[in-house]
Amino acid sequence: MTLAATLTEADRLRDFFVGRDAIVVQTDVLQSAETLLDLYGEDIRGRSYLTADPIRGEMVLRPDFTVPVVQMHMQSHADPARYTYAGKVFRKQDSDPDRANEFVQVGYEVFDGTNPALADAEVFAAIRDALGDLPLRAATGDIGILMAAVSGLRTSDDRKAALARHIWRPRRFRALLDRFGGRSPVPQTRAALLAAGDPFASAGPDIGKRSRMEVEFRIAALREDAATPPISGEELALLDTLMALRETSDHVLSQLRDIAVDLPAIGPAVMRLNARLDALEDYGVDVSTLEFEGSYGRTSLEYYDGFVFGFYAADDPTLPPVATGGRYDALTARLGEGKAVPAVGGVIRPDLVLRLRGTV
Amino acid sequence: MLKLGVPSKGRLMDKTFQWFGNRGVTLRKSGSDREYAGAVEGIEGVELVLLSAGEIPRELAAGRIQLGVTGSDLVREKLVNWENCVREMALLGFGGADLIIAVPQAWVDVDTLDDLDAAAAAFRAKHGHRLRIATKYHRLVREFLKHAGVADYALVDSQGATEGTVKNETAEAIADITSTGETLRANGLKILTDGMIHASQATLFRTSRRDWTMQQRETFKRLEAQLGL
Repeated sequence: MTLAATLTEADRLRDFFVGRDAIVVQTDVLQSAETLLDLYGEDIRGRSYLTADPIRGEMVLRPDFTVPVVQMHMQSHADPARYTYAGKVFRKQDSDPDRANEFVQVGYEVFDGTNPALADAEVFAAIRDALGDLPLRAATGDIGILMAAVSGLRTSDDRKAALARHIWRPRRFRALLDRFGGRSPVPQTRAALLAAGDPFASAGPDIGKRSRMEVEFRIAALREDAATPPISGEELALLDTLMALRETSDHVLSQLRDIAVDLPAIGPAVMRLNARLDALEDYGVDVSTLEFEGSYGRTSLEYYDGFVFGFYAADDPTLPPVATGGRYDALTARLGEGKAVPAVGGVIRPDLVLRLRGTV
Repeated sequence: MLKLGVPSKGRLMDKTFQWFGNRGVTLRKSGSDREYAGAVEGIEGVELVLLSAGEIPRELAAGRIQLGVTGSDLVREKLVNWENCVREMALLGFGGADLIIAVPQAWVDVDTLDDLDAAAAAFRAKHGHRLRIATKYHRLVREFLKHAGVADYALVDSQGATEGTVKNETAEAIADITSTGETLRANGLKILTDGMIHASQATLFRTSRRDWTMQQRETFKRLEAQLGL
């Protein structure tokens, strides 16, 4: 497939989003790395191409459009706003060299806080309509439900903060849950530390920037944690059920309503899901066949914090998703220095669209 | 000719020469001591190429040498999907060193990756920047910490004297190779109990590339037999 054909398809998709009231925006290919490094840390180094500019400092070949589009939006103060863009993004593919390390993306981003459920459905439907009748399977999830569940646990704020911090790292999240739930033993080193009369008896010299006070502060936090009762087996079981959900959306909704009886903190999030499914139905989406996975979107970058979705080739599970998207309110809060704007968006890969259409 | 890459100096070179010598293949530097040319005796068709240990992985992957001795840590750090680029032929039993994560002994609250992660979160909140880990093994360390789900750290490059970076406050922790841990202790550092990233040793590798001449194949078979592999 030629780049020219891909770009023609990208233009078609972008024009389609213009037809849905989006303004065309463009961003630089070379972005300052500082923002991305601050947001994502070392992960971004593993995933994108960084280069040093003697004057501008560390720069990165744009790994996606979302961050620069959000920055642009935060400066424009327009509200509501809809944007579309098309262009190349660049990703290192260390673990899978067969995947493309540069490819074209076409995006549609909606900054509109009046009715988030409606905006979620609008973006999902716009992407679906742009893709037409390709043989695709849609997957959806909602990270907001897990976040709400964590915030509603009957345990200390420190534990809840630790869990919330690792929602996007399922392994560490699981390890923390096991520890806080008393399912895994206390590490020997920690037990010894807490039992010691003077924890600093054999401490070496005070070197480095992390001070003695910070170490003492954490020991106090560890003592407090050791005195906190474990998260109850019932709550752990509810979280496990939540994360393992994998059903059609209408069934998930009724299951979540049952869970909300014992875990009332997820109530508002379940109501948002309900409103979203209603809005999706209004857009002609059949929610009785729409898949929902409780853990969908948890292995992507810390980005999405609500509705998440993807469109996959129905007959070729090896192909990367043809389109992905979701809600990223928290990202706008971090980039807007406290000023958050509810935002939801999605991207399509025109090269994969062409491939599926059989015009290779 | 079948090209064999060997580290060009130091203990790693001496021990490699010894290992081959014990198996009837004599390797030595030819000419003066400062010259990086080599000679091979005891087998026909093998050429000795003296290289920096750090360059041997790349040369193997590119197929410019067919065989090479280097640390298994260097192969893993320098080659993406190293299993597809080179194949291990023999562990040579020397040059042993562990790639580990070490933190100040004064951090009595940090002994595991779990502790490191928690300390990193608090450190970032207090100091406004990520907890810095000095290393030259960027890929290995990043992959290891990603797998373990450690967040809020940043790697800073350190090509030497890495143990000193904490005292100099250019990093809060380090990831480096150590054989006895002596230098770490002398610099007020301790190893995390579950922070072992890779146990490295000198290893004989062959390239996975298949563009060998008939003569190279034939020499390789004879060498394999002579080395008892």
